[in-house]
Formats: sequence, structure tokens, C-alpha cells
Amino acid sequence: MLFAAITLGFIALVLAWPVPALLPGAKWAYRRPTLGLLVWQLVALIGGTSMIGSLILLGASTFADDLSDAANGMWRFVTHNELPDGSSVWSLLALSGALFLTAHLLLNLLVTVVYAERERARHSQLITLLSEPMSDRPGTRLIDTPAPVAYCLPGALKSITVLTAGLIALLDEEELRAVIEHERAHVRLRHDIVLIFFTAWKVSLPWLPTARNASREVALLLEMHADDNALRHVGRGSLARAITVVAEGGALPKRSELSAALPESTPKELRARLLRLA
Amino acid sequence: MNSLGELERSVMDLLWAGSESFSAYDLQAKLAERSESGRELAATTILTVLSRLENKNFVVRERQTRPHLYRAAAAREAHMADLMHEVLGGASDRAAVLERFVGQVSSEEAETLRRILAGR
Repeated sequence: MLFAAITLGFIALVLAWPVPALLPGAKWAYRRPTLGLLVWQLVALIGGTSMIGSLILLGASTFADDLSDAANGMWRFVTHNELPDGSSVWSLLALSGALFLTAHLLLNLLVTVVYAERERARHSQLITLLSEPMSDRPGTRLIDTPAPVAYCLPGALKSITVLTAGLIALLDEEELRAVIEHERAHVRLRHDIVLIFFTAWKVSLPWLPTARNASREVALLLEMHADDNALRHVGRGSLARAITVVAEGGALPKRSELSAALPESTPKELRARLLRLA
Repeated sequence: MNSLGELERSVMDLLWAGSESFSAYDLQAKLAERSESGRELAATTILTVLSRLENKNFVVRERQTRPHLYRAAAAREAHMADLMHEVLGGASDRAAVLERFVGQVSSEEAETLRRILAGR
């Protein structure tokens, strides 16, 4: 039992630090984003469960020889309030740690989902009032503003793709198609679900730098995944040009209320996306 | 987008366009003028839309007069600035619900991107 606990703890440690530190930027993942995404999801899932599992085994190792023994002991404690023979304050500490960690992760996931859903509803309300539906493209709305921006707002039932007049003015037909197919891929492949799990992970474990890395890298892989799907409809050149033009912000006027809100740019990630199209 | 949403948008467009306050009946008449069929919507429908918009803080209701008058809580531009701020990355991690095509970069970085593009 103790050996199993230590092994699981070791796995949890490896998946919590060296692996997520080494994974970002991996060439094979950029070549095949689906594989990269699968690996990240496994790392998060196995890492989390082995962290909890090793605490449970560690706590149970003082009073049990195998898993059924351990389960029995814990069950008797819950139902009869009877501490199993051989248990110590350490076993209680480890077991309550496991319980706390599980509750913490689940609660954060729940809060993140609820919060995101509320934000989504609020944003969707703004979009309803400020944009017009595009009659020739279902599920797509147009905002009359000069900044070239495209995004999608995924929803449980209905997703909205939003384009700006500035974007349409700046891109040619093929480039525009690349943008739209990219956004449609996000919607169709439910990238928002993957993203919300990693956001919740980051919010739950903010002290773990790798949780932050993971959600950034997963977001980038999701973009690449959407790029790959857009490439089924348009040429690489069109997509690459669209990425460059939109990233540059076109003729975004200086000192407008928009330039104040420019986000932290992600040039390294953009370069990675462009280089795989080259 | 449902038709209720479109109706909310038409009402807001009218309120944003005029600087004065309107009663539900003013809006009813103006909407009928604008619609292709020229048919008037039921006054209760307009009132429902207005109270929804009031609940969401888009509309302010003036209760001193009868019938009540309604005006936009903020200019269209202010809401637009809010929206763009949200989209361009003013949101916290938890509120990050949008998936953008690409983020904006600085002009030097854009130059590098163009070089990559030219080298293809």
C-alpha cells in the first residue's frame, strides 16, 4: 500500500511539474494538435487523480493491506464513527487532504462554469443589441466598427460568430472564409468545453505555474486545431494572410478607446501558428 | 437570435437615435412606421420589451408622468466601447468565454509576422 502510494505520488509529481514544463512548444504537438490536446487532457486527468489517489493510499496504508481493506476501514469510520486499528493522526490528515482536494477541484469547476455561463449570457445580450444578423450567413452577426475582429461566443444551445465591418473591409473573400471556417470549427468541435476544464484547473491551483502554462498551451493548440479545420476549406496562404492582417489590427486608429484595451499580445503563439502554415 | 431579441434591438435603436424620452405608444407608432407591413405591435409587447430592457439596465424609466417615459441608459457608443473592451481582452480568466480568431500584436511584431509570411 505504501509502495503504491509513493508510486502514485511520484506520478502526480512528474505530471504536475516536469511534464507540463516540457510539453509547451513540442513540435509533434504543433504538427498534430489533436494528439497534443489528447496528451494534455490525459496529463491533467491522470495528474489530478493520482494526486488524490496517492493521498488516499497514504492515509489508508497505516491500517490496511489492500484496497478492499482500506475501503472497509473508511466505510466503518463513516458509518460507525470507528477508527480502524493502526490509524493515526497522519492517516486522517492524508485522507482529509484527499477529500479537500477533490472538493476544491469540483467546486472550482462548478464556479467557473456558472460564472462563464453568466458572462456568456451578458455578452450575448450586448451582441443582440449592438449587432445585426447577417442574412447570408446563419449564426453570424455583424458589428459596425472599424477594428478588424472575429470571435465566437460558444453557447450550450446556440453559438454566435461575430465579425466586424472592419474585418470584412480588410479581407478578401477567401481570407474571410478562412476566418469563418476557423470560428465554425471552434463551435462545432466544442473547444469551449476543453478550455473551461483547463481554466478551472488554473483557477483551482494558481500557485502551480504549470497549470497556467497548461491552459495557455491548450488554448494555442485549440487555435491550431481550428486552423487545421479551416484548411479543409481554404488554402494555407489565405489563412496565413488572414492571421497576419487581423493580428496587425489593420488601420486601427491610434488613441481610440480601442487601443487602450489592446490585450497582452501573444506574438510567440501567433508565430507558432504561422510557421506551421509555411 | 430570436425575434424578441430583434425587437429589443429595434427599440434600443429608436431610443439611441432620439435624445428625448419616449412613451411606449410613441415607440409603438415609430416601430409601425419602420416595419414593412406597417402593422402595429401590441402595446403590451412593447411594454414587455421595455421592462426587460429596464431590468438589464439598458433603459431608464421616468415615472413622474403618465404614461411612463423611457430613454436609453447610456449612449450606443458607450455600450460598444464596453463590448470591444471585453472582446479585446479586458476580461478576467474566469470570464474568458470568447474564442477570438487572433489577438492583436504590436507593429514590430507585425513586421516579423509579415517576414514569415513573405518567406513562405
